[in-house]
Amino acid sequence: MKVCVCVKHIPDPTMQMVVDPGTKRLIRDRGQSILDPSDEFSVETALKLVEEHGGETVAISMGPDGADDALRRAMAMGIDRATLIIDDALAGSDVVSTARALAAVLKNEQPDLVICATESTDAYTGMVPGTLAELLDLPLVSFARSVTVDGSSISAQQDTESGYRTVQAALPALLTVTASIAEPRYPSFKGMMQAKKKQLERIDVAALGLDASSVGEAGAREKVLAVEQVHQEKQVRTVVDDGSGDSVVEIVAFLKSIQVV
Amino acid sequence: MATRRIWVWTDLSGGMPHRLSLELLVPARALGSAEAVLLRPASSDAVSALGEYGAAVVYHGDDAAYDEYIADPQATTLAALIESEQPDVILFPSTFAARDVQARLVGKLGVGVIANATGIEYDGDELRVTVPYGAETVASVTVEGGGPAIVQMRPKSFTADAVGGSAEVRPVSMPVDSSTCRVKVLENVEQSAEGPNLEEASIIVSGGRGIGKAENFALLEALAHQLGGAVGASRAVVDAGWIPYSHQVGQTGKTVKPDLYIACGISGAIQHIAGMGGSKRIIAINSDPEAPIFEHADLGIVGDAQVVVPKLTEALSKL
Ligand SMILES: Cc1cc2nc3c(=O)[nH]c(=O)nc-3n(C[C@H](O)[C@H](O)[C@H](O)COP(=O)(O)OP(=O)(O)OC[C@H]3O[C@@H](n4cnc5c(N)ncnc54)[C@H](O)[C@@H]3O)c2cc1C
Ligand SMILES: Nc1ncnc2c1ncn2[C@@H]1O[C@H](COP(=O)(O)O)[C@@H](O)[C@H]1O
Repeated sequence: MKVCVCVKHIPDPTMQMVVDPGTKRLIRDRGQSILDPSDEFSVETALKLVEEHGGETVAISMGPDGADDALRRAMAMGIDRATLIIDDALAGSDVVSTARALAAVLKNEQPDLVICATESTDAYTGMVPGTLAELLDLPLVSFARSVTVDGSSISAQQDTESGYRTVQAALPALLTVTASIAEPRYPSFKGMMQAKKKQLERIDVAALGLDASSVGEAGAREKVLAVEQVHQEKQVRTVVDDGSGDSVVEIVAFLKSIQVV
Repeated sequence: MATRRIWVWTDLSGGMPHRLSLELLVPARALGSAEAVLLRPASSDAVSALGEYGAAVVYHGDDAAYDEYIADPQATTLAALIESEQPDVILFPSTFAARDVQARLVGKLGVGVIANATGIEYDGDELRVTVPYGAETVASVTVEGGGPAIVQMRPKSFTADAVGGSAEVRPVSMPVDSSTCRVKVLENVEQSAEGPNLEEASIIVSGGRGIGKAENFALLEALAHQLGGAVGASRAVVDAGWIPYSHQVGQTGKTVKPDLYIACGISGAIQHIAGMGGSKRIIAINSDPEAPIFEHADLGIVGDAQVVVPKLTEALSKL
């Protein structure tokens, strides 16, 4: 089977997000950028499925220069090859325009299964996968905590508000996975060396046959009107507990002051 | 100007309208005519609850396929309804089922979508939606280019209000196209959490890696029990298997806004703050005076949570 994973290169998630007041876009070049940790679960799932059923794995990303790193990381984990959609015209993409670009590559690849994370760590709209499934006319199996492929069908346990449900669809399909699906493997030294030699294709809007007015900022329907930094300086009262547990007196006094007890 | 039509996509929970959908009837009423869309088999009680919470109209489609197959049949019917009725805005709650329907709808209509919103208003003809990015940045966002605005609101952005009306019910009897019946539900498994519901509790005692080991969650349960609260957790301890996912608070867990949140041995990562930063009061107990959680706390205790928590429970039991 052929499995494509959509992965994203994101700014270090441990750093506070900063938006450029001029372009009103997320500043993406602060600190180190990494393969979105949520995408490691998709990569792991793809690798496991292909180890079991045979086939090929492809990682796809849309992003600026530097996003190669995320794809190399995915290949170091074991993905066979990668495609980076890269074009200045793609800056400022929203959900629909991102999905259009990814869909164009996926239409050429014709995979049996597309895997995305349920949501990205930076944008966390969680809207791209479902929109992509619609554009590709694929069934969407979302929020999977476990997955099995059996011949021409896929079944998954899907998280729900109050537990989970088992769902089933025919392949080809689009799957979104949560962090409970599998523990992502760590790239081995050999894997990292091999990743350097694996194929990484760079492709632009024209090569995809996309109309430049339908992607990037030109195609985006969402417009940021204003961005504001709100720093709520809280009045913290700090009490040091020396190990005796005496700070409990302070907590009880606080709970009384807010009428909890 | 014609009254704006604001639709609220309705999810069900235990056969009744989901609390997060009821919340959305509040901004819907403020912006125009509040109209609920319920595409699931449901009892007349469920339908009248929507009127009680402020819906003027309920579009109700009750084809069994909406229960038996995920997202596609609903999204297809919804797209057709939108085409004939031309609503101005469609509000979605942030439930699992909502997201799938919403995202497919975006793909069908090719329109803009705004997720994670906390506020919505019109400035003249321009829709303005408030979206927080991380803990310290707030954006005002709009959608352009025609078609309905599709907006997903974060939980607890509004408080559901039983205003006591009754809705006009408009049946949706459009047949479900069998080609949309693609993701079949084979089995539903309930895994109910014990104690009060995390999202409804007014007090939450939450634990992170700093509580040391799985067994120490008993200390937090005892304190929560004493205070009549619920137990929450960071993702680190959920991933470690100390407590089930249903307790996870944060970006990829639940969003909570209790009156009091007690964070025990939680560092205060941005993704955790995303789920509890809106709590009215926060007490943090952490052994590291530099822990970021203290920046969000009203009362910070620099100390060992494994010592402080049981002592606190004991002190409270003697009051
Ligand atoms: C895509 C993504 C989504 C995420 N979603 C979530 C989410 O929904 N929710 C979430 O919580 N996290 C989420 N995270 C993870 C998040 O980044 C943090 O890793 C996590 O919140 C850390 O959990 P923690 O505070 O328990 O552990 P740690 O960061 O390890 O912190 C433990 C804390 O305990 C303190 N401590 C140690 N011993 C004691 C003691 N004896 N007494 C008191 N304090 C002590 C330490 O000083 C430290 O501050 C997400 C991450 C990513 C990348
Ligand atoms: N620029 C992108 N390149 C590749 N995949 C993406 C991109 N944006 C979103 N995705 C996929 O969609 C998922 C959800 O992203 P989002 O909808 O932004 O929360 C991500 O985890 C990826 O799998």
